[in-house]
Amino acid sequence: MNPNLLWLIPTLPFAGFLLNGTLGRRLPRPAVATIALLFTLAPALLVAELWGFMKSVGAPLTLSTASHPWIAVSGLSFDFAFSVDHLTLIMLGVVTGVGFLIHLYSVGYMAHEEGYWRYFAYLNLFMFFMLVLVLSSNFLLLFVGWEGVGLASYLLIGFYFQKDSAANAGKKAFIVNRIGDFGFLLAMFLLIAHYNTLDFGTIFTHIAAAHLSGGFLTAIALLLVLGAAGKSAQIPLYVWLPDAMEGPTPVSALIHAATMVTAGIYMVARCHVLFDHAPAALTVVAIIGALTALLAATIGMVQHDIKRVLAYSTISQLGYMFLACGVGAYSAGIFHLMTHAFFKALLFLAAGSVIHALGGEQDMRKMGGLRTQIPITFWTMSAGVFAIAGIYPLSGFFSKDEILFQVFIHGGALYILLWLVGLLTAGLTSFYMFRLWFKTFFGEPHTAGHGPSHAPDLHAAHGAAVHAQRETKLTMVAEPEPHGVHESPPSMTFPLIVLGVLSVTGGWVGIPFALGGQNEIEHFLRPVFHPIAPGQLEFYPEFVSGGGKEQLLAFVSLLVACAGIYFAWLLYVRKPGEATRLAELNPTTHMAYKLLDHKYWVDEIYQRGIVLPLLAVSRVLLNGLVDTGIVQGSAWVLGESAGGLNWLVRRVQSGNIRSYAGWLALGAACVIVIVLFGHHPLLH
Amino acid sequence: MVPIAYYLVLAAVLFCIGVAAFLFKRNIITIFMSIELMLNAVNLTFVAFAHQWHQINGQIFVFFVMVVAAAEAAVGLAIIIALFRVRQTLNVDQVNLLKN
Repeated sequence: MNPNLLWLIPTLPFAGFLLNGTLGRRLPRPAVATIALLFTLAPALLVAELWGFMKSVGAPLTLSTASHPWIAVSGLSFDFAFSVDHLTLIMLGVVTGVGFLIHLYSVGYMAHEEGYWRYFAYLNLFMFFMLVLVLSSNFLLLFVGWEGVGLASYLLIGFYFQKDSAANAGKKAFIVNRIGDFGFLLAMFLLIAHYNTLDFGTIFTHIAAAHLSGGFLTAIALLLVLGAAGKSAQIPLYVWLPDAMEGPTPVSALIHAATMVTAGIYMVARCHVLFDHAPAALTVVAIIGALTALLAATIGMVQHDIKRVLAYSTISQLGYMFLACGVGAYSAGIFHLMTHAFFKALLFLAAGSVIHALGGEQDMRKMGGLRTQIPITFWTMSAGVFAIAGIYPLSGFFSKDEILFQVFIHGGALYILLWLVGLLTAGLTSFYMFRLWFKTFFGEPHTAGHGPSHAPDLHAAHGAAVHAQRETKLTMVAEPEPHGVHESPPSMTFPLIVLGVLSVTGGWVGIPFALGGQNEIEHFLRPVFHPIAPGQLEFYPEFVSGGGKEQLLAFVSLLVACAGIYFAWLLYVRKPGEATRLAELNPTTHMAYKLLDHKYWVDEIYQRGIVLPLLAVSRVLLNGLVDTGIVQGSAWVLGESAGGLNWLVRRVQSGNIRSYAGWLALGAACVIVIVLFGHHPLLH
Repeated sequence: MVPIAYYLVLAAVLFCIGVAAFLFKRNIITIFMSIELMLNAVNLTFVAFAHQWHQINGQIFVFFVMVVAAAEAAVGLAIIIALFRVRQTLNVDQVNLLKN
């Protein structure tokens, strides 16, 4: 396969973006959808082709395009080049595969929305930047993709920009990400200062060859972590992701669950050489990951908005991936990234299907008993719920256990503690996911008009009006949904089914030896993360620590997951209302509930501690003093003095011919005087 | 033979009269005439120098000046007539439409 075909992979979605972005307004909806789908299907097929090619070669391989000089300034040059190794291949597969499915889903989901063409143009633009991000072979091009996906995310979060909350959420995401990007930029500057290049290969070879001062590498790694924390919604920059749910649901699935938010994990994995030489930074990554996982899971337990539960769940799962990277188990992190992309995209899409069925309802308190009415959604979502909860033998079980196992065997009391945190989070995960599942699909219907008895005759009546109000807050407060609950169209259920199958089977590529598998994904990623010399035997940690320990750990976490399910069943099925009673039981539980319900007041703390002081400083110092005082003041002085000069000079231009003539004569007289007496000693 | 200085002084006097008339007269036709006076003062110096240095160039240049002056007079008078039709005056102080 010609490596230069790699250029096509990101370029095709970009072409789709240009087509839909420029002509889309005039094209009919089916044409817009066809363009968007074709230009995402084509890269997916190319990636499949690429996958087959790299598989057929057998040996570990890095495929690179010719590099084109991009920026060249004195002694420093950056190339425009793509390269593919096994890590990139997995990312490409996830991005194009899940991306295409979500495009397909969007065709049905967005069918009655305004700005159809705008939506698909943005979506294709996102695909373009995401593919640039994973394909780039240097930091700068990665940063271009990094910023580009941020832009696409901003545009899509604010898709319903008529709504203040959506516009604000878009801004919040963009600004919080800027903080992370600041770290990323500083890291790049340090790299340039030290290595005079941003090429991955060159830098990593240098780092691997010469042990630099740890402090320097640690600084770079920590700055990169700041960038990753912004993009991948980790403490302390996770606050934008829950608000990003203001965007259309397929966007939440694609950008804010499956692909973009994993860019931080990808970046850390890509820079694993650097992180391996900065153990302190790795420890920070592990701690951030574990804490984020726990914190987000606890918040997720009390949310009522179905999408927000999933958003916090995403943050929590990203925390797991961070934790994996933090203990150097990059392939476990990437494995979880992949399975998470499957089941979380599925969960979001299924949630979208539920919302679609209920005509815009997102509050789980108003759902219930939907199991029989939207069976396809129910069954596929169940696959997702069981997968994320870590039930054997679904995908989430294998990837999560791989991470927990790797943390456990990393050694040291700190990592045992982190393992406990991870285990606790696993329990919480299955609790909040099954809470969602029970509240949505089981029990009594909670909205007037949604009752099963009404459903049959109203079923046929649903129409365009259902969608018109979707995701506007209007339907949340006002009138009961007049149309019956209905299953989504095939364009939406097909991706659900595919992702459901993937959520079940996706983990089977990583079944560990201890459980009778081959751990193929670890083997597949080995050339990237632990390159070995030819002839050397591959080394797997589990060979040493023994399979028994891994089996035991897997059993424990399965037990914990089941405990989570049991508690969810107890609180939301057996005794509905028990959860509310528990929250009001005594002051302590009430306080705890309040704490979680208000998301630890983190938003408020940021608002009071950072945003308001910053605004105050901006208003008083920057706006009041610098802008009004200095900038505007000097501009005013300039303007006024020009005005004064103008007043003076304007006298001369009287409009009177004879005065002009007089000035002319005076000037001529002056010239004559100078010519005549120019050499006179008096004038010198 | 008359010294050249006489011619030059006469030309200078004529020129200054022209400038003064240009500056102080209000009637646009008089102003036009003062311009002609200045041009002819210059012509006089040309001819004087041509005679002095036995050069034909100066005399030829005078013809050019005369041609230009005639053309200018034709255009100028046309403008003056057009102006008079609009404004019913020949006073330049009242011809300041562009300014106000």
